[in-house]
Amino acid sequence: MNAILEMRGITKTFPGVKALDNVNITVKAGEIHALVGENGAGKSTLMKVLSGVYPYGSYSGQIIYEGQERRFKGIADSEELGIIIIHQELALVPLLSIAENIFLGNEQAKYGIIDWSAVFARTKELLKMVGLDESPDTLVTNIGVGKQQLVEIAKALSKKVRLLILDEPTASLNEKDSDALLNLLLRFKAQGISSILISHKLNEISKVADAITVLRDGSTVETLDCRTEEVSEDRIIRGMVGRTMADRYPKRESRIGETIFQVENWSAYHPLHANVQVVRNVNLHIRRGEIVGIAGLMGAGRTEFAMSLFGRSYGQNISGRVRLHGREIDVSTVGKAVGNGIAYATEDRKTYGLVLEEDIRKNITLANLQGVAKNLVIDDIRELAVANDYRAKMRIRSFNVFQEAVNLSGGNQQKVVLSKWLFSNPEILILDEPTRGIDVGAKYEIYTIINGLADAGKGVLMISSEMPELLGMCDRIYVMNEGALVAEFHAAEASQEKIMHAIVKSGRR
Amino acid sequence: MDTRTAEELHVPQQTSWLEFVKAHFRDYGMLLSLLAIMMFFQVMTNGTLLRPLNLTNLVLQNSYIVIMALGMLLVIVAGHIDLSVGSIVGFVGGLAAMMMVRWGFDPVTTTIACLVVGGLIGAAQGYWVAYFKVPSFIVTLAGMLVFKGLTLALLGGMSVGPFPVVFQRLSSGFIPDVLGGEGFNYTALFLGTASVAALIYFSVRSRASQIKHNVETAPLGLFALKNALLAVLVIAFCYQMATYRGLPNVLVIMAILIALYAFVTNRTTIGRRIYALGGNEKAAKLSGIKTERLTFLTFVNMGVLAGLAGLIFAARLNTATPKAGLGFELDVIAAVFIGGASATGGVGKVTGAVIGAFVMGVMNNGMSILGIGIDYQQVIKGLVLLAAVSLDVYNRKK
Repeated sequence: MNAILEMRGITKTFPGVKALDNVNITVKAGEIHALVGENGAGKSTLMKVLSGVYPYGSYSGQIIYEGQERRFKGIADSEELGIIIIHQELALVPLLSIAENIFLGNEQAKYGIIDWSAVFARTKELLKMVGLDESPDTLVTNIGVGKQQLVEIAKALSKKVRLLILDEPTASLNEKDSDALLNLLLRFKAQGISSILISHKLNEISKVADAITVLRDGSTVETLDCRTEEVSEDRIIRGMVGRTMADRYPKRESRIGETIFQVENWSAYHPLHANVQVVRNVNLHIRRGEIVGIAGLMGAGRTEFAMSLFGRSYGQNISGRVRLHGREIDVSTVGKAVGNGIAYATEDRKTYGLVLEEDIRKNITLANLQGVAKNLVIDDIRELAVANDYRAKMRIRSFNVFQEAVNLSGGNQQKVVLSKWLFSNPEILILDEPTRGIDVGAKYEIYTIINGLADAGKGVLMISSEMPELLGMCDRIYVMNEGALVAEFHAAEASQEKIMHAIVKSGRR
Repeated sequence: MDTRTAEELHVPQQTSWLEFVKAHFRDYGMLLSLLAIMMFFQVMTNGTLLRPLNLTNLVLQNSYIVIMALGMLLVIVAGHIDLSVGSIVGFVGGLAAMMMVRWGFDPVTTTIACLVVGGLIGAAQGYWVAYFKVPSFIVTLAGMLVFKGLTLALLGGMSVGPFPVVFQRLSSGFIPDVLGGEGFNYTALFLGTASVAALIYFSVRSRASQIKHNVETAPLGLFALKNALLAVLVIAFCYQMATYRGLPNVLVIMAILIALYAFVTNRTTIGRRIYALGGNEKAAKLSGIKTERLTFLTFVNMGVLAGLAGLIFAARLNTATPKAGLGFELDVIAAVFIGGASATGGVGKVTGAVIGAFVMGVMNNGMSILGIGIDYQQVIKGLVLLAAVSLDVYNRKK
């Protein structure tokens, strides 16, 4: 069988981070090729190189597609040759109809005037192909996520697709919709359309994939051929996680005290869909000086849990109790949660963590302005002293504390966020993806800071999608899937395989 | 051993004049443009612009715009807009007229009641914006229509006046000359000098503390020049005023309010929180700031200031007309944006807004003296607004 696509020696660097390092992948014509790897392994980056989001010249290596080397300058170039990517976050316009969405940017028009009857006829054809029984003029917002995914695929088909790339297509689908989607891929395969399937759901992969390429830390680990041998989930997991964990995490002697923080029967529902339960009956506790991790895949509900806990910043119909030192505390607003000694450093520091246009100093004192003010009047000098103090302690690399947060690197921005929360003097810190988008050196510094917090007797709850990080840092790890805690491991007994198994097993229920 | 580099530790920066001016161009640029515009009209009007009588007029004509610009600055920094202020000016002016002229209330009760009504109007609009999340553009557009209509209804379509003399003094009165000069108001000069002394005292003190704590400061020469220039300007201004009738009451009200709002925005927690709210509402909320209440309060504050402006404007005309306040919102909003505020919120200064208001005011006044018709005045003002904001956007991109 001929290869439809060959990517050779792809290397892509971002300032300070090597996202892809000499990656090779070969997709044969008419096969379903799965691409697996942990979060941050480089799967999405690789697909962005392929589709031209990162244009030729911004990476090194070769892309050979249908026998020729291709140098895509943008998405339009790759789409023209039939490479269509469907992203995890759907790119549909909710208030336009199915037909309008399918032909968005590719309108069936003559002299700029849309031929609606042609559009509707074509749309009906396409919807039939993907097995979606909806009228073309139904608004996208009125159909479920599963059907929206099918609309995306219909849109891809409208562009004469030859290589279809699906990034986590079933992440937000229920089992029935997932099955329908996978069957659709098998039908496409019969018609000679190749696909690349990025997924965390290994059971789905074993069901449909002809070949599996495993990425880890930006490099190709191996390619498994499912046609010649049966590939077990265990085998895939081993490929995904098999890495050494040498000195990437600073050493720490845990000195764990009594339980200081308890969450009991915590539940929350989706902010817009009142019947969708996002956090299911979570019970957990944290002891003094303990670093507790929550592992899980993206979309497992970890951030939603943390934010619903922190001043009901997410969801509705929230129920459950929170205890600090055994006493029930009120966390119904952010102000009360902070006042009761809880801090939450968000996973998305640019959107939720920092006021980017303001300087380091103002960001650090934002959550505890009273700490530098006397009767509403800010004491400039005290504020400056506080800011300079944290800048030195946290080693925030900047010209001075008057530098705007927007001009700092990711690691330094994260240090500013941590400084802000430390200055609010919490007992419990919830750190959501504290090292996301941060290079290796800065990660080590962040780890050191987190260890320092635990040594100071605080309780740390660390949410991370990077399992090695949790294994390297935590005393205890909870595993979350579909909004519920599905397993708990002590550091000594935890391993990536066990965590993966816990997730995969609970997902099959 | 301390392994931190000099850059990591705090080493004060040696700055040259040129570098400092470059770095703070936006702060100084505004003031320089205002001075340039004033010079231009001073020359073009053969010196009429800065004559004592005209200077007094300039202050009286612009006081209500400046006062509303203070409130509008907070609203815009918080990421919103208020289109209803012109209508509130008209409505509150009309209410004051009815209370004093028709219903027989005394000026003090009237003034207090009108400020409260202004606040209530602001609260009513702020409620929809803050807690119901209706876009402020729409809420205040509705408010603009509602209060324009209510003004007409309240006044029955007629002009109502005149007002008691005490009330007129709010706008046309002057600080009495207790020092008793003849033909020259020593009190005005004294107050001017005293405020200059206070300004210099505070800036020297803040500079000393900055130096003590290794904060980057302006070079000494520039610092001295800036203060000297400011002192000369204020004293020259007060001297000119003294040769006429002294300092208008409204100037003093305005000066106190400017100082108060400059202090609130720069030095208080509430000011800081408004900037954070406008800069990144989500982050502010997750830092424990009560963003809804803060938004609500900025609108209440805007309402009170619009009410005050309404009183001053009515007192100045000595009559309330259904057309009072028409289009003021545009001048106020333009002043804030000319003063460097960002339309997306989070950025803007009180001094900028005040300078912006005076840029508009001087142009209005200067062009009127030159006999340029109201038609082309508007064209020129519109172009100046566009130019000022484009320049600002361009500077920020660099």
